[in-house]
Amino acid sequence: MSKNPPPLFRNPVVRWLDERLPLFSMLRKEYIDYPTPRNVNYFWSFGAIATLMLLLMIATGLMLAMQYTPHVDMAFSSVQRIMRDVNYGWLLRTIHMNGASMFFFAVYIHLYRGMYYGSYKKPRELLWILGVLIFLLMMATAFTGYVLPWGQMSYWAATVITNLFSAIPWIGEDIVQFLWGGFSVDNPTLNRFFVLHFLLPFVIVAVVVLHVAALHVPGSNNPDGIEVKSKRDTLPFHPYITSKDSLALIVFGIGYAVIVFYAPNYLNHPDNAIPANPLSTPEHIVPEWYFLPFYAILRAIPNKLLGVIALFGGVAILFFLPFLDRSKVRSCRYRPLYRWFLWLFVVDAVFLGWLGSKPAEEPYILWARLATAYYFGFFLVITPVLGIVERPRPLPVSISEPVLKTASRPRAS
Amino acid sequence: MMKRKPLFLYSLLCSLLWACVLAPSLSLAAEQATVAKQPWSFRGIFGSFDKASLRRGYEVYDQVCASCHSLRFLHYRDLETLGYSRAQIAALAARLEVEDGPNDEGEMFSRAALPSDRFVAPFANDEAARTANLGALPPDLSLIVAQLAGKGGADFIYALLTGYSEPPESFELTPGLSYNKVFKGNAIAMPAPLFEDMIAYSDGEKASVERMARDVAQFLAWASDPSLEQRKRIGLRVVIFLTLFFVVAFLYKRRVWARVR
Ligand code: HEC
Ligand code: HEM
Repeated sequence: MSKNPPPLFRNPVVRWLDERLPLFSMLRKEYIDYPTPRNVNYFWSFGAIATLMLLLMIATGLMLAMQYTPHVDMAFSSVQRIMRDVNYGWLLRTIHMNGASMFFFAVYIHLYRGMYYGSYKKPRELLWILGVLIFLLMMATAFTGYVLPWGQMSYWAATVITNLFSAIPWIGEDIVQFLWGGFSVDNPTLNRFFVLHFLLPFVIVAVVVLHVAALHVPGSNNPDGIEVKSKRDTLPFHPYITSKDSLALIVFGIGYAVIVFYAPNYLNHPDNAIPANPLSTPEHIVPEWYFLPFYAILRAIPNKLLGVIALFGGVAILFFLPFLDRSKVRSCRYRPLYRWFLWLFVVDAVFLGWLGSKPAEEPYILWARLATAYYFGFFLVITPVLGIVERPRPLPVSISEPVLKTASRPRAS
Repeated sequence: MMKRKPLFLYSLLCSLLWACVLAPSLSLAAEQATVAKQPWSFRGIFGSFDKASLRRGYEVYDQVCASCHSLRFLHYRDLETLGYSRAQIAALAARLEVEDGPNDEGEMFSRAALPSDRFVAPFANDEAARTANLGALPPDLSLIVAQLAGKGGADFIYALLTGYSEPPESFELTPGLSYNKVFKGNAIAMPAPLFEDMIAYSDGEKASVERMARDVAQFLAWASDPSLEQRKRIGLRVVIFLTLFFVVAFLYKRRVWARVR
């Protein structure tokens, strides 16, 4: 937020363009000069990682879409053609397929970072809400994408998930038929899922632009969760944050490459290599790992309608987090109690994910009920109550002070 | 400032654990006799297929399995990867007939298969295949190793083909089915397909049941995942490149941050 006049560019073409449409000044302001708190850690790199994942998904997805055929009789073999006959088709597909997992992995960490350091609190509520919206759109995109290869899991996941809407009283059945475009998951369903899967990523791009715009108004939060007080608290985005983000990106890229090249089917269900068959139901129908916690919540509840409400509520409740947490202190570093409940929440979510992969039988159902209770209890009881009763530790005066002091002091303990 | 790193690492670990250990555990179904791991040459970071074994495996498929199982995602031209020449492939394909047409008079006709044709299936449709096999469908084998990955993939195929025996006293075998120690329920509609010396390998190797089972299992692993070798080769280069890139980026980052620390 510097008040300097817009920088002059030396290149005459750039200057000519910039005087008429200040794109270059804008990019410079937002991605070079953008003052970032100097104490941000590697958790802050996951936004950049997620953005690049989105672009990579769009690039590989566009190339896959040029070879893919959205028809029930041809979808499976067109994917096999991509894998066997299209030049580097196997590479495109394994990047795209595992990219969905890596994208969710990055976004889950990004989201958790926001929770741990209180990035959702005033003045960043709208920023957080836009983030949850992206998460929802990603779920819809990944779900419609998973249906496209038209394997057994594609078909049965589509059947199970669309059928959830039939729980809605009175109009449920009509909604399901409307989604299907017929009386079962069939060609019209596959066709519209392809259209939606093609469209939604571009909607995500639009929301990401808003997300970043909303970020650059108050600026980035930081691990201490305190306001930026002076210029000494911040560093320009480039080269400081860019050099740090590059490092995180490369490490992330190495992990991604190992999966793509050495274990491309590790996260895949083997049944999805079997062409869809409406007459044969797989033994266990399980969603992709990133949906498992929500799947466990759905199955924990005996009543179908309430289960569906809990499933969507589990995501929707994230929208309300800024208003449920009344504590003025952002960072968990200074919240000695909340911190432990938040870690327990992570363990709970991972546990729910594990339960989601298990068959719906005892003792898993009982465990899933307890874990679901904690999931909602965390948001609806623990968060509001601790916001009032917890005594936070004293906050540092400013970002630069503790950092500069420890740096100049000889190492203590 | 000691607190930051463990926190970061811990959450990374949690998520990794979830992604890598817990998620795939979902594919484990109840199993029959255990499937032993075989020393496949295509395992591991540098692993690649054994071309001679693949060619023998193709001979087993061609002379034994092809009478019941299709391989519909493969083309005859794909055999070039196994080391066959174009002339050999044309001759292999020409043994089979495919329906083509219509011709200028509007008639369908049959012609010899070409290298560009898909492997010709033994039955016209699933119904015909079932009728010939006691109502059981011999599955298409193009992706069988990927489909059976949860049970052991190529290891399972080897165990299945070598797992036939007389049923134990107590076991009631439905007439027509065969006893197999790794098949689900132990009663399979596929009669034991392999017998000692039933085919003559063109490279002179002795056709023992184990040899044939190993060769055809490797051949099917290749059929399921034909890009395996290229994938590992490119993967190694990508990982080495990224590692070097990491070193450069690390030095750069340290120099940049030295100014403020
Ligand atoms: C006489 C016909 C016939 C021949 C020859 C034959 N199969 Fe089969 N195969 C079948 C039938 C039928 C089934 C289905 C069995 C069932 O469902 O009980 C089957 C099933 C299989 C399965 C799936 C097993 C499972 O657990 O799902 C594999 C793998 C297989 N065959 C491999 C082979 C191989 C390799 C060969 C060649 C060495 C071969 N078959 C030869 C008829 C045959
Ligand atoms: C938010 C970004 C995206 C996510 C999370 C996503 C997710 C997925 C998933 C999970 C699959 C199934 C993978 C499989 O088993 O094959 C898939 C397939 C597919 N996606 Fe995407 N995708 C994204 C963006 C795109 C875009 C932008 C396009 C095209 C414009 C696209 C085109 C396709 C096609 C054609 C397939 C089917 C081919 C295949 O199965 O490999 N995707 N996607």
